[in-house]
Amino acid sequence: MHERSDQEPGSPEGGAVAAPPITRHALTTRIWHWVSAVSVIVLLGSGLMILNAHGQLYWGEYGANFDQPWFKLIWLFDDARVPGWLTIPSNYNLALARRWHLFFALVLAFALLGYMIASLIDRHFQRDLRIRADELRAARLIADAKAHARLEFHDPADPRAYNIFQKLSYVAVIFILLPLVIFTGLAMSPGMNAAWPWLLDVFGGRQSARSVHFIVAMLLAVFTIVHLALVILAGPINEVRSMITGKWRGPQRRCSPPPTRSSPARAGCWPAATRSGGARRGATCCSRPRRCIAACSG
Amino acid sequence: MLFKAEAVHRSLQRLITDRHALAPEYSETQMSPRFRSNGTSRPGSEAYARLMAGNFADWRLTVNGLVQRPLSLSLANLRSLPQRVQITRHDCVEGWSAIGKWHGPQLSTVLRLAGLRDTARYLVFHCADTLIGRPYYESIDLIDAFHPQTILAWAMNNRTLPVAHGAPLRLRVERQLGYKHAKYIMAVEAVASLDGVYGGKGGLWEDAAGYEWYGGI
Repeated sequence: MHERSDQEPGSPEGGAVAAPPITRHALTTRIWHWVSAVSVIVLLGSGLMILNAHGQLYWGEYGANFDQPWFKLIWLFDDARVPGWLTIPSNYNLALARRWHLFFALVLAFALLGYMIASLIDRHFQRDLRIRADELRAARLIADAKAHARLEFHDPADPRAYNIFQKLSYVAVIFILLPLVIFTGLAMSPGMNAAWPWLLDVFGGRQSARSVHFIVAMLLAVFTIVHLALVILAGPINEVRSMITGKWRGPQRRCSPPPTRSSPARAGCWPAATRSGGARRGATCCSRPRRCIAACSG
Repeated sequence: MLFKAEAVHRSLQRLITDRHALAPEYSETQMSPRFRSNGTSRPGSEAYARLMAGNFADWRLTVNGLVQRPLSLSLANLRSLPQRVQITRHDCVEGWSAIGKWHGPQLSTVLRLAGLRDTARYLVFHCADTLIGRPYYESIDLIDAFHPQTILAWAMNNRTLPVAHGAPLRLRVERQLGYKHAKYIMAVEAVASLDGVYGGKGGLWEDAAGYEWYGGI
């Protein structure tokens, strides 16, 4: 299912300064991404409307007006209502918000299940999201954070690879936040409480599940905002296209100084730098050094 | 399309879970210190005021519709039946929860006394109160009607059911949301279909506001 890149960096066609487009996202990833994007937006909007109906959150099994909440909507909004531009529907309507919410809850949950199965089968998870211990070393994390600050998000030697912050955030969303928001949602259903009472034990009661549901939803909202900001910073046309057609152009290749003793050329590339090798960033991999030099000097 | 989700949720819940599963029950120490009331806090009709003034001695529960033996039961009749006591959590569709203790005969006991006809599919609860200008009513199917925790509660937290909580009798249908737990019950009617019963959607809030008839989600 998962399409490999048409052209690996350093392949015989290399040598041009501009990187050729590669296939970045498999069809299953693209479909799941957009289904989830729509679902998350609708679920956040309708969820905030549902919160309007009782804008207080509690810990434990029970919680109502005479009990002690840990969060009150009125702390944020004078009328204890989330503003209409953030909610679905805009005007107070608990019943309709529940219809939207419970419909897209099914879409979100089953899309995630399907995506997880497909991505285990085509090894997308194992290949692209596996975090290696080496990537979590402090020095690597600092170097990657500095690269992020320079808006360099991709390793030129392996532009398909996700950087560690992408991996960590995607793993957190796919394997922690989305399952948590689904199971805390189920834990609020009185029908499910009877059938699967362990849901309440796991989350420490229905009102705790409701609180966790809200917190996780807000974390997903933060993820969505940061995600959108980084898409814009990384080049919105290229990034959005890659999620629609799958085609994506890696970072512009930059020519580097000729190989030295400390970073010798390998397999026709100079320098064959990767982040994990600790070599300088921005170095390119070029199969035809003469043409590369010509392109640079020209 | 959006409104189909309720049926999918209900079918999925009934497909992957045990339809006879019991709602969680709690201990006395886990009860809400104060159980808020919701909806009608006191029905406005003169008839109800007279019943209340008489301490509901003149109140009768009518059981009719598709039954072999229509019944008219007093509170004393209901109290003489086998009783169930349960401490359960009440979940409002708005999001809050309160835990209380409920006391009353199982609905199934009453239904066996009346003898449901084969064509009966739903139980409709007619209530003494009105909300937004309409008579309150609710309905459940036979799965929930014969569920062991579905009781007709006449006492709450070791006291006679307070007026704000539905005196003299309210439904407890523990695997569904609060609006399904009809208060101020006057009659239980067995029907084959919900079409033609009030607005046809099986409950006041279902008719008036579009809440799900299946309140188990």
